[in-house]
Parts: sequence; C-alpha cells; structure tokens
Amino acid sequence: MRNSLGRVRAVAAKEFRHLQRDRLSRAMILGIPLVMTLLFGYAINHDVRHLSAGVVDEAQTSQSRQLLASLQATRVVDIVERFDNVGALTEALSRGAISVGVFVPADFERRFVRRDQPLVQLLIDGSDPVVQSVARSLAQMPNAALGTSAPGFELRVLYNPERRSPVFIVPGICGVILNLTMVLFTAVAIVRERERGNMELLITTPIRGLELMIGKIVPYMLVGYVQATIIIVLGAWLFDVPIRGSIGEFYVGIGLFVISTLTLGLVISTLATNQFQAFQLTFMSFLPQLLLSGFMFPFEGMPLPAQWLAELFPLTHFLRIVRGIVLRGADLSLLWQDVWPLGVFFVVFLMLATLRFRKRLD
Amino acid sequence: MTGRIAIEARGLSRSFGALKAVDQLDLTVPEGCIYGFLGPNGSGKSTTIRMLCGLLTPSAGTARVLGCEVPAEAETLKRKLGYMTQRFSLYEDLTVSENLYFLGAVYSLQGEALDAHIERQLERFELTDRAAQVAGTMSGGQRQRLALAAATLHDPELLFLDEPTSAVDPESRREFWDHLFEMVDHGTTILVSTHFMDEAERCHRLAILDQGRLVADGVPDDLMRDVGATVIEILSEHSRAVRDAIIGSTGVWHVAQLGNKLHALLDPELADPETRLLPIVHVVDGTARIHRVSANLEDVFVMATTGAPGA
Repeated sequence: MRNSLGRVRAVAAKEFRHLQRDRLSRAMILGIPLVMTLLFGYAINHDVRHLSAGVVDEAQTSQSRQLLASLQATRVVDIVERFDNVGALTEALSRGAISVGVFVPADFERRFVRRDQPLVQLLIDGSDPVVQSVARSLAQMPNAALGTSAPGFELRVLYNPERRSPVFIVPGICGVILNLTMVLFTAVAIVRERERGNMELLITTPIRGLELMIGKIVPYMLVGYVQATIIIVLGAWLFDVPIRGSIGEFYVGIGLFVISTLTLGLVISTLATNQFQAFQLTFMSFLPQLLLSGFMFPFEGMPLPAQWLAELFPLTHFLRIVRGIVLRGADLSLLWQDVWPLGVFFVVFLMLATLRFRKRLD
Repeated sequence: MTGRIAIEARGLSRSFGALKAVDQLDLTVPEGCIYGFLGPNGSGKSTTIRMLCGLLTPSAGTARVLGCEVPAEAETLKRKLGYMTQRFSLYEDLTVSENLYFLGAVYSLQGEALDAHIERQLERFELTDRAAQVAGTMSGGQRQRLALAAATLHDPELLFLDEPTSAVDPESRREFWDHLFEMVDHGTTILVSTHFMDEAERCHRLAILDQGRLVADGVPDDLMRDVGATVIEILSEHSRAVRDAIIGSTGVWHVAQLGNKLHALLDPELADPETRLLPIVHVVDGTARIHRVSANLEDVFVMATTGAPGA
C-alpha cells in the first residue's frame, strides 16, 4: 500500500512536470477559461445601450411623439430611421439594419383611451438573445412614462421565441470548458507515452495499471479547480454572476465532474493508437455533450430519446448541479439525483481504463 | 559465474501474422555473465528480449527467467529486471535527476535510500554535472549513460540491453562496456543484443540469430575455432576483381570484402588451399598476397547464416 502510494505520487509528480514544461498545455490551462469566459461574457453583457431602432408612427399625435421621445431618452435604443409602413420596418429588421422596430398604430389615441389593447408593437430581432432580453424590459416601460396602467408594448419576437437568461451561460461555460480541457489532457496522456517510446520502459517496471491511472489524473484535478475558479471569478467580477449556494459545495461538484471527465479521457487514451486519434475521439465525445446537455438548447425542449441519451453525459448532470448551486442556491443533497451519476461515471471509466491498459505490447 | 541458470527458454516462438519473428528458440543463459545476441535487423533479437521481459506473449514454447515463468509471473519478475530499450525511452522533457527520481519511486525506492542510489548512479555514469539538464537536450552518448543509469538504478539481478550502443561513438561504446563488466563483477547477469562484431566478441557467451532462428551459440573463442571452414585472407589492390575471379571455384564457399582485404571461407576438406587459390588470384593481380588466418566472428556469422553448401 505504501509502495502503491509512492508510485501514484511518482506518476503524479512526473505528469505535473510535463505540464510545467509544455508551454501549450500551460497556455490551455489559463487561456481557454479566460478567453472563452470573456468572449461569452460580451454576449451576455446586461448593460446594453444604443440598440439601433426603426420607427413607424402611423398615429402622428403629440402623445405618440412623446412616447417615442421617452423611448429615445432611455438610451437603450437609438432611433436611427423612420419608415412609412410595417413592411419596410420588418425588411430593415431582417436585413439587420436595425435590431428593434417600433410600430405605433394609427388608432394609438383610441387604444390609449380604451385601454383594452397594447398601445405599441415592438418588433425584435430575436436571433440575438441579448437584444431580446433587453427589449423585454423595454416593453414594461411606457406605462410608467405615460402615467397609465394600460398594457404598454405588445412584444413580438421574430426569430427565437425561447427566452434565455444570460446568467445561465457562465456556469454552463464552466462545465463546457472543463469538459473539453479535462478530457483532452488525459486523452493524450497514455497515447503520448506510447508515441514517444516511454511506454515500453514504463510497462517493464512494477507499476500497476490503477496506480498509473490515478497518478495521471491527480495533477489535472488541480488544473480543473484552477480553471473553474478563473471562470467563476471572472463571471462574478465582470458579469455579476452570483453564487447563491455554498462555494464549498460548488467545489465538491466541480471535483466530481472533473474526475469523471478525466477518467473518460483515460478511456479514450486506451482506445486511441496515436495522439491525433485521441483528439478525434475527444471531439466526437464532446460535440454531442455540447449539443444535448442543455448548454446550447433547453433540455426540456428535446425529444425524449435525446434526453435519455443526454443522461449518459457527465456534462448534463454537472450543468444541473452547477446551475442549481450557483443560480438557485440549492445544496448538493437536493441535487442528489445528479450527484450520484457523476460518481458512477468516475468509477466505471476508471475501471474501464485500468482494465483496458495492458502491460503488454501484444 | 555461479553455475546457476538465469534464463532458460525452450521452443520459444512468436509470430506476427504470417511472419515468424522468433522460431523454436532454445536458450540457456547462466547467471553472472554477459550473454550476447548477435544478428542482423529483423533476426528476432528484440522480439526475444520482449518475450523474456514478459512484454510479449509467446506463440509457443516456455521461458523461465530468474525462476519466474513468463509471461504468467512477469509482474514478480519485473522488480528484479532492468531493461534498456532500443529507442531512448526516458522522458525527454524531464531532467536527468527527475527521470531517475521517477523511476526510483516506481521501483519503490524512497527517501534517503532513493537519494543515495541516484547520487551513486550520477557519479558512476558521470552525470553529476548534468543532473539538472533536460534529457532531450543531451547527446547520444549522454542519453545512453542516462538510460543505463536508469535501468540499473534499482540494482536489478538481470539486465536486458537491446542494441544499446547503436547511436553512440566508439569511445562511448568502450566506456559503456567497462560499465557492463563492472556490473557483471558484482553478480549481475546481462543479456545484450548487437549487430557489432567487436561487441559480440566481448561477450562471455554468444547466440547468433538469423531470421528468428538460433543458428549458433557458445563461447566466442570456441565458435571461432570451430567455424567449420578454412579462412584465407587475400590482400590486393584489386580486391573486387579478385573476388569475382575466385568466387565459384571448387571449394570456395563464401568471399567477403573488407576494404582491400578479402576473407574467403573454404571447404576444410580442401587440401593445400593457398597453393590452389594463388594461381587464380595472380591472373587478376600479380602482387596480391594470400595467407591462412584464424576465423573471426564475422566468419562465424557468415558460416552460421549461409552454412556450408550442401550441408
């Protein structure tokens, strides 16, 4: 047992040195979470200003002009163009010349008096979730501005009817980045030794398969924690993503997810015969997770077989855990049905990788 | 030598598809000697060594190494074994001492014992000054010393060296062999494969392999003495023309050229070979000199691999 621990530690120390010496790996550890969070962060920036807007004012009354002026005053939209009819307005929207269209109907005054219909219609380029969410808040505005309790804007989202909360994305990014980098690190870990000729020496030593596997994942667990911390700190600092649950439980969740993805990488490494194949297999395992885990599209909207398949991905469970903790302030016991699958993935992948690793050349 | 047997193999065979890499190999390696595997590339030297280490499963036959059946008891054997692979197999992005610390820990050396072993190896193989150097930046000779230092760090009883000197200069080769003799003095058994005749000559015992088969084995001197052919050396400025002239003459089995020297292997039954050959040689080169010599390992190798015609 003591010898076993000694060998695990030796492998872990060696892997850590490889990591230290490899500039690309080092860049990957810090660069990927930084760049990805910043890139996605801009897309989820709440503080949107100066959306270009087009206007069709069929009413042409002082009240309609007052409404448009107060809209302009918010600085959220800039009225850049006026159109004669709705057709021209939607055409400009689909061209992308404007991202918000404001339609004031000819019976604006009548609607204002009768208060049974929305006053004004907002047409939004819904293909951009940021515009969409901003415009939704705009829709609440004119009531206050005009001092009435009438339904204000009628909102019509043209291209993307599903609404998505921006704070949803940062915790998701955390899972996606960890998934990709963790699997990549270990997917090449064993195949690289084979390619560089180290394997023949290694398998002639008394090292055991399980010792090698555990030694290889330990340094990358640290890497996983570093990456998760970068993402969460950036998210909180730049984009006001709150952590409503406990940080400790958040890190427990991260740890479980990290070891299950690292061991998935080890399995890939025992399947691949060279590093290029390991890369291919990693992306083959990554893409369905990216698409089906609920990161890209809402889980509930998927057909049932796709949902069942997605239950087999660590990322699906991690996203639920991390969103639960970070956004809803849930604790791990509430998320138990997503915690235990990650443990099962870890054990199964570790066994698979260990069993597939042979200390033989034939 | 202790008289005990380190390696015993019977009928050891290994095929890769249709290719018989090793074919019915019988081998007995006594403890405490340097045992050489001599043979060209593809003769099955590496495959045999890998089977004896337990890395390859034999297609047929049995092998017992240091009392362990391989491959069944290979994991027990691996603690007592040192293996220097043909290709440099240490980590090129780790330093000399990091490589040694890693391997030492894998062999369960710890703490002060590990430090002491590493210090000893660094001194013995003149690597102390290079302890902090990254292995990938070292020369062929330095890498080879590091590889040997790593393979012997845990004081193995048996050391396998697969063509250890193919990538180093003659000076390094000589020093390398000095290390081997020193280890044998301390009781280590060494099995070394090579395609260099001068290295083969230094071994206590030698097995000659050709196309997966064992074609000769024994003490190098005995092998040279019992070569089974008369060896005639011909010195000529026109050795190539002389070679063409004598090849095919009665009783001439094989002619090998070494610069302006020819080694002709003749039927030992042939009486008075010098006087028979001289007239044929002089037709081509009147100044050529001809005399009988004792066989070297090259001759043994040629005889073992091509054999006597009709034999």
